[in-house]
Amino acid sequence: PIPLPLLSLQIFINNEWHESTSGKKFPTYNPSTLEKICDIEEGDKPDVDNAVEAAKAAFQRGSPWRQMDAPGRGRLLHKLADLLERDRVILATLETMDTGKPFLQAYFIDLEGCIKTLRYYAGWADKIQGRTIPVDENFVCFTRHEPMGVCGAITPWNFPLLMLVWKMAPALCCGNTLVVKPAEQTPLTALYIGSLIKEVGFPPGVVNIVPGYGPTAGAAISTHDSIDKIAFTGSTKVGKLIKEAASKSNLKRVTLELGGKNPCIVCADADLDLAVECAHQGVFFNQGQCCTAASRVFVEEQIYPEFVKRSVEFAKKRLVGDPFDARTEQGPQIDQKQFDKILELIESGKKEGAKLECGGLAIEDRGLFIKPTVFSEVTDNMRIAKEEIFGPVQPIMKFKSIEEVIRRANSTEYGLTAAVFTKNLDRALTLASALQSGTVWINCYNALYAQAPFGGFKMSGNGRELGEYALAEYTEVKTVTIKLSQKSP
Amino acid sequence: QIFINNEWHDSVSGKKFAVFNPATEEKICEVEEGDKADVDKAVKAARKAFELGSTWRTMDASERGRLLNKLADLVERDRLILATMETIDGGKLFSTAYLMDLGACIKTLRYCAGWADKIHGRTVPMDGNFFTFTRHEPIGVCGQIIPWNFPLVMFIWKIAPALCCGNTVVVKPAEQTPLSALYMGSLIKEAGFPPGVVNIVPGFGPTAGAAISHHMDIDKVAFTGSTEVGKLIKEAAGKSNLKRVTLELGGKSPNIIFADADLDAAVEFAHIGLFYHQGQCCIAGSRIFVEEPIYDEFVRRSIERAKKYTLGDPLKPGVQQGPQIDKEQYKKILELIESGKKEGAKLECGGGPWGDKGYFIQPTVFSNVTDDMRIAKEEIFGPVQQIMKFKTIDEVIKRANNTTYGLAAAVFTKDIDKALTFAAALQAGTVWVNCYSALSAQCPFGGFKMSGNGREM
Repeated sequence: PIPLPLLSLQIFINNEWHESTSGKKFPTYNPSTLEKICDIEEGDKPDVDNAVEAAKAAFQRGSPWRQMDAPGRGRLLHKLADLLERDRVILATLETMDTGKPFLQAYFIDLEGCIKTLRYYAGWADKIQGRTIPVDENFVCFTRHEPMGVCGAITPWNFPLLMLVWKMAPALCCGNTLVVKPAEQTPLTALYIGSLIKEVGFPPGVVNIVPGYGPTAGAAISTHDSIDKIAFTGSTKVGKLIKEAASKSNLKRVTLELGGKNPCIVCADADLDLAVECAHQGVFFNQGQCCTAASRVFVEEQIYPEFVKRSVEFAKKRLVGDPFDARTEQGPQIDQKQFDKILELIESGKKEGAKLECGGLAIEDRGLFIKPTVFSEVTDNMRIAKEEIFGPVQPIMKFKSIEEVIRRANSTEYGLTAAVFTKNLDRALTLASALQSGTVWINCYNALYAQAPFGGFKMSGNGRELGEYALAEYTEVKTVTIKLSQKSP
Repeated sequence: QIFINNEWHDSVSGKKFAVFNPATEEKICEVEEGDKADVDKAVKAARKAFELGSTWRTMDASERGRLLNKLADLVERDRLILATMETIDGGKLFSTAYLMDLGACIKTLRYCAGWADKIHGRTVPMDGNFFTFTRHEPIGVCGQIIPWNFPLVMFIWKIAPALCCGNTVVVKPAEQTPLSALYMGSLIKEAGFPPGVVNIVPGFGPTAGAAISHHMDIDKVAFTGSTEVGKLIKEAAGKSNLKRVTLELGGKSPNIIFADADLDAAVEFAHIGLFYHQGQCCIAGSRIFVEEPIYDEFVRRSIERAKKYTLGDPLKPGVQQGPQIDKEQYKKILELIESGKKEGAKLECGGGPWGDKGYFIQPTVFSNVTDDMRIAKEEIFGPVQQIMKFKTIDEVIKRANNTTYGLAAAVFTKDIDKALTFAAALQAGTVWVNCYSALSAQCPFGGFKMSGNGREM
């Protein structure tokens, strides 16, 4: 047990901690032990309203946040990164307790991503540039890239802190204010960040955090008339509801990072060891709970049997256990609902005729642990080939030609990521152009960095996070046109 | 000493040169004098640090940004020491050095740190079966020659973007003011920059400086200084290996005051715009054009403002003007003041030296200046303010642009039409409206015409 002096389990508004208006609380559980960790104040519409009021006030013309020089915003983001570095062990521990992800991954991957993303956007703060534009006739024309205003952010449970930083960093960098609703399964690290935000010195109201449930607090955000923009990471199903709510209310701007059924294409000339390992990590990382999961592995006919054999070896070796054990590679699934859904899809795989190579069931009678599962002889019409599983299940299929695999890889309403394993330059670049995915990885997987934009084609999302592109999602362009008495060159 | 590969070296020749305090004319210390042989050593180190596969070349871009931020942290830590050095070495007012010079250094380092991992190329949809994209690669070994008027700020303006983009550098600080650059050498080592990434060779222009501009293994030279020397550098670059050249040179910047301007603000900005740092600024607003109706009042208020000065040791509080940098500048300024008197300008105040020790010159104001006088054409680089009269917009645009310089300009008016017309019409790299000297790391800075090539910041 680690003493947690800075963790308040309440609603964070105006740099202060509040009880819920209703007086209700909700529990958060440790998915490894199934024990309750603690109770959290449960936010609902009135709490969201209070948070929005605070965020609006902090965004008023003349407020400390609006008056702050751009480099000052950058300094605050850097300082926040410094505090994350200082409290890295605490945050990684909270994340592991709350999500079940292996501690070493939380420490080295999640926290690393958070710190680097904060520092990346700290650097952009004073480089949000508009343009001067040569228009016809006697006018001087230029654009300003202004902050949008109050941004709602609804974050998921698979990478709770990282997904929060992916939204918070560009939003604050561009001068917006925020109302955040972390996933009800995993609110702890978001609440801890609240105390760090106060410690760093962000003015009150700039960041507000309202833990609660989707249909209540989440819906209050997506329908709110005073929220200017909403960013959501989660399932495609809920993403659609959010976009609908945004349209019905005040046409708030919407960015969505949704699901994927990501093709991983392994050509016969690939470095086979590399491909097997990347495909394995690509689907099993984070207990399979990644929007980027490589959940359709297409292997060129010639190397198919060998690929399957080596993948099964890898899957069998994968150590499942207590996420605080340094040897563990895979922890539990997040909750009973996900657990049941994954097992149901595994059963469908068996029923629809895929060949179960290994795994295929839960590990014990108690707990949310599932054995790493590999299916071969998978065909495109099976449910495991079409639906997002979000669990440790690897479907492997066979292909003959490039044209065929392009068609099959693209024949999905998703389009988040794709990967190609080949040594042939021509093939690599042809596939990179042809695949309908927001990110295409060549001879690697899950290579995600703050500098490179990330987002989905088709129903995997709207808009882009990370990179310079995220700035466009958090600014509103204003064109200023000034009339002159005579034409100037 | 000479800083190469994160180590300190004696000069190859064994020679040293003296560094003086312009307020007292006393020697501060001696510094190892670098010449061609030392520049060669530095270039070798910089070239090695730039090799494919080196620590610097394989470093993540974001890590370069981290190092620049760390350097900013160290400059913040040692702000007092550096400000004191700038004052003693450069004759700069201490409060100005501490607040303005050091402030700008820290901000510029942090600004460029942020850009390090945002140097984007593009993908280009070419005709035919091609996949095309651009990379924005570092140029290589950059030679950087720094002036004596803002030694530390100009040092940072050069190394920050160069390092941010992944280059390695060989810096020659001005021989009058090498101290803060050498101190930076130790901070650069402390911050953790790999050896050879930054090398510092103190020395003189015709020897060390020329060695840099002629060097066959330097890929780019950046120089801030006089237009006269800037031309020599560009020539040398052409004669040697066509190295890329950026130049920040002199100016004779026009400051145009309309009758509808806020007169108090205009007088104050025009005053600071000229007299800042004893007039030793490339952007000095050294031709002030005042619209006829308010001319007399403007001159009267400017004289009042100039007379308020206390001259003295820049380390002491309460002093508003320090010394000029050295005897050469001092004599040149006095000579130009004499020409003003001789050619018929009206000497309103000042007009001669001050004090019995140090290179001090009284704040000087000339009115009734006409465009053909030497003080209206040549860069004085001293505390001498020229005020001239104008009648119409077209006239003043012509007169303001009638110079080979083009660094900065300003216009004071409340009328939006006039402001934007001048913004378009003035041939200057920076045009200020209702202000002067507003510079920030985020804004590009550089000259039209013979005030320079390229942009900094």
